[in-house]
Amino acid sequence: MAEPTSTPVKPPFWNNPRVRAMVFQAVALVVTVAFGLYLFENTQNNLRRLGIASGFGFLSSSSGFDIIQTLIPYSATSSYGRVFWVALLNTLLVSALGIVLATLLGFVIGVARLSRNWLISRLALVYIETFRNIPLLLQIFFWYFAVLRAMPAPRQSLSLGEAVFLNIRGLYVPAPQFQPGFGWVLLALGIAAVLAWLLARWARHRQIATGQPFPTLSASLALLLGLPLLTFWVAGSPLVWEVPELQGFNFRGGLVVIPEMASLLLALTIYTAAFIAEIVRAGIQAVSHGQTEASFSLGLNSGKTLRLIILPQALRVIIPPLTNQYLNLTKNSSLAAAIGYPDMVAAFAGTVLNQTGQAIECIAITMAVYLTISLLISLVMNWYNRRVAVVER
Amino acid sequence: MAEPRIPHPVPPPPASTVGVVGWLRRNLFSSPLNVVLTFLAVYLLLVTLPPLLRWAFLDASWSGDNREACHPGGACWVFIRVHFDQFLYGFYPDEQRWRVNAAVLLLVLGAAPLFVRAVSGKFKVRLGLGLLVVYPLVAFVLFKGGTIGLPVVDTSQWGGLLLTLVIAGVGMTAALPLGVLLALGRRSRLPAIQSLCVTFIEFWRGVPLITVLFMSSVMLPLFLPAGMNFDKLLRALIGVTLFQAAYMAEVVRGGLQAIPKGQFEAAAALGLGYWKTMGLIVLPQALKLVIPGIVNTFIALFKDTSLVLIIGLFDLMNIVHNATTNPAWLGFSTEGYVFAATVYWLFCFGMSRYSQNLEKRLHTGHKR
Repeated sequence: MAEPTSTPVKPPFWNNPRVRAMVFQAVALVVTVAFGLYLFENTQNNLRRLGIASGFGFLSSSSGFDIIQTLIPYSATSSYGRVFWVALLNTLLVSALGIVLATLLGFVIGVARLSRNWLISRLALVYIETFRNIPLLLQIFFWYFAVLRAMPAPRQSLSLGEAVFLNIRGLYVPAPQFQPGFGWVLLALGIAAVLAWLLARWARHRQIATGQPFPTLSASLALLLGLPLLTFWVAGSPLVWEVPELQGFNFRGGLVVIPEMASLLLALTIYTAAFIAEIVRAGIQAVSHGQTEASFSLGLNSGKTLRLIILPQALRVIIPPLTNQYLNLTKNSSLAAAIGYPDMVAAFAGTVLNQTGQAIECIAITMAVYLTISLLISLVMNWYNRRVAVVER
Repeated sequence: MAEPRIPHPVPPPPASTVGVVGWLRRNLFSSPLNVVLTFLAVYLLLVTLPPLLRWAFLDASWSGDNREACHPGGACWVFIRVHFDQFLYGFYPDEQRWRVNAAVLLLVLGAAPLFVRAVSGKFKVRLGLGLLVVYPLVAFVLFKGGTIGLPVVDTSQWGGLLLTLVIAGVGMTAALPLGVLLALGRRSRLPAIQSLCVTFIEFWRGVPLITVLFMSSVMLPLFLPAGMNFDKLLRALIGVTLFQAAYMAEVVRGGLQAIPKGQFEAAAALGLGYWKTMGLIVLPQALKLVIPGIVNTFIALFKDTSLVLIIGLFDLMNIVHNATTNPAWLGFSTEGYVFAATVYWLFCFGMSRYSQNLEKRLHTGHKR
C-alpha cells in the first residue's frame, strides 16, 4: 500500500492568523498615530497663525470677573487658577447634594412603585414616566425661567414664618452662627462616634460568642444624639441663628441659595430620582418571593425581613446601575452652563476660555476633571459593591 | 340506609371581597397604613389636579393671534399657535417648507411596510437597510437644496423639531454601527485594537456631552488645516455621534458577553471566519438581547439633542426658549416649556413603548 507521501502544503503566510493579527494591529496603530500627528501638526500651525500662546501660564494671571457663588474667598483680582477651584467646588457641591437628594427621593418613589396601594403605585408610575422622558435641560429651564425667575421682587418675598424667604434673588434661610463654645459640641460628637463604633464591635463579638443580640442601632443613635446635645446644653447653647432681614431692596444676612443653584438642584434631583426609582424597583423585584416567605417562616417580622433579607440582596442588583446614575448626575450637572450657574463648564470652560482664548487648555482641564470625578465615583462604588457582593463558595 | 349526600351549593364569596368594594378593599384600604396613604394621595390629587386642569384647559385661551387674546389665570395656548410653524421648521423659508413635509411623507411611506406584520421578514430587512442608506441622502438633498433646481437652504436656517429630528436621526443611524464596531473591538483578542477601543469608549463616557459639544465648536477648527471649515451642524453631529457611539458600544458589549461560548465554537467548527461568525451567528443574537438597552440609548440621544442649544443651534428646545424671550410675548415661558416637554415626552414615551412591544415579539424563548 502506498503511503501518502505528500507533506501537508504549508499555507501561505498571509493566511496565518498570527501574522494577520500582527498586521491588523500594526495598521490600526499606524493609522491612529498618523491621525494624531496630523491633528497635532494642524493645531500647531493654527496656533502659530492665530498667535495663541499655548501652556498653562494663564492660570496665574488675574481673572477680572466676579462669580455669583463662591465657596472659598474669591474676588475679581484673583487668578484664573483660583477660578478653577471655585468652579470645581461649585460642581462638587451641586453633584454631592444632587446625589444625596436623588437617592432619597428615588428610593421613596421606587418603593412607592411597588406599594400594594394601587393609587400610590400609579402616582409613582406617572412620576417616573413623566420626568424621565423629558430632557433634563428643559426641566432646568422650566424651573429657572418659568418658576424661579417669575418669583416676586425681594420686597414682596414669599415667606415662611418670617425666617425663610423666597424671591427672585433666591432662597434665603437662617444661617447658623457658631459661638466659641461650639468646638466642645463637635468634640463630643467625635467622642460619641468613637464610642458607638466600639460599642458596635463589642456587640458583634458578644453576639458571635454568646448569641445574645444587643440593640446596637438604637444605643448608637442615643449616644450620637445624646452626648452632643448634653454638651450643647452644658456649654450654654453656643449657636445662634442669623435670620435674613430686608434692608432696602435686598435681604441681608442668612444663607442664600441662588436661583441658578436651586433650579439646577431641583431638576437634577427630580430627573435622576425617576431613574433611581426604576433601579430600586427592579432590584427589589429581583429578590425572589421565596426569600420573604423563608424569612417569615423563621419568625422574622416584616421590618427585619426588609432590613436583613431583602435589602442586602436587592442592593447587589441595585448598586452597579446606581453608580451609573451617580456618574450621569455628576456629568449632567454641567448643564449648569445653560443657566449660568458657575460650575466647571460655565465658569472655566466658558468664561475663562472666552477671556483668554486658551481653548485647548481649558477644555482639556475640564475634561480631565470630569474624567477624574467619574473614575473616583466608580472606584468608591466598586469598593462598596465588592463589600456587598455575594461571597460564593 | 344512609341518606344520599346532597352537596351544598357553594356559597357566594363575601360581598366585601368581590366587585368594586372588594377591589377597593384589596388595593386601597388593606391596612391602616394603606388607608392613610390613600387619603394622602387623594388629598394630593385634589389639591393639584383641579387648578392644573383649570389652568391648562378650562381657563385657557385657544384662539386669537396676539397676546391681548389671552386672559389672565389660564394658559395662553395662543402663544403656541402663533409660533407653531416656527417650532416645527425653525427659520426654514416659508415657501420651501413643502420640502420638509415631502421628506417626512417619504419616510412615512417608505417605512410603513416595516410596521405591517404581513410583510415578510427578509423584505423588511432589505427595505430597512435600503432606507438607512438611501433616505439620508434623499432627505439631505431635499433639505439642503442646491441641486435638482431647488434653492439652497443653509443649515443655519434649519431649526425647530426638524433640526431635533435631523440630529437624532443622524445620531441614531451613525451611532449604532459605530457602537457595534467599537464593542467588537473591545471584545477583540488583539491587544492593540482592544486597548484603542477601550480608551476611546472610556474617554467619551467619562466626559459630559456638553464639553464634547464645546470641544467640537471651539477645538475642532483648531485641529483642521487652515481654511477648511466645517458646518456648525456637522460639528454638532460628529460630537453627538461619537459620544453616543461609546454608550452604544457598552450596551452591545453586554449582549456580546451574554452569548454562550458554544456559539462561537460552533461557528468555528463550521469553518466560519471572524466576520461571518460575528455577522451571522453572534450579532443577530446579541443585538436582539439588548434591544431595550439600544432603545434606551436612542431615547437618551433624543433627549440629549436639546444640548445643541449650548453651541447656538436652534433645535426645538432653543427655538421655544427663543420665542419665550421675544419681547412681544414675554411671560409665557411656562406654556412654551410645557409644549416642548409634551413633544419630547411623546417621542421618548413612544420609543420606549415600541421597544417593549418589539422585545415581546422578537422574544424566542431564552428567558430563564
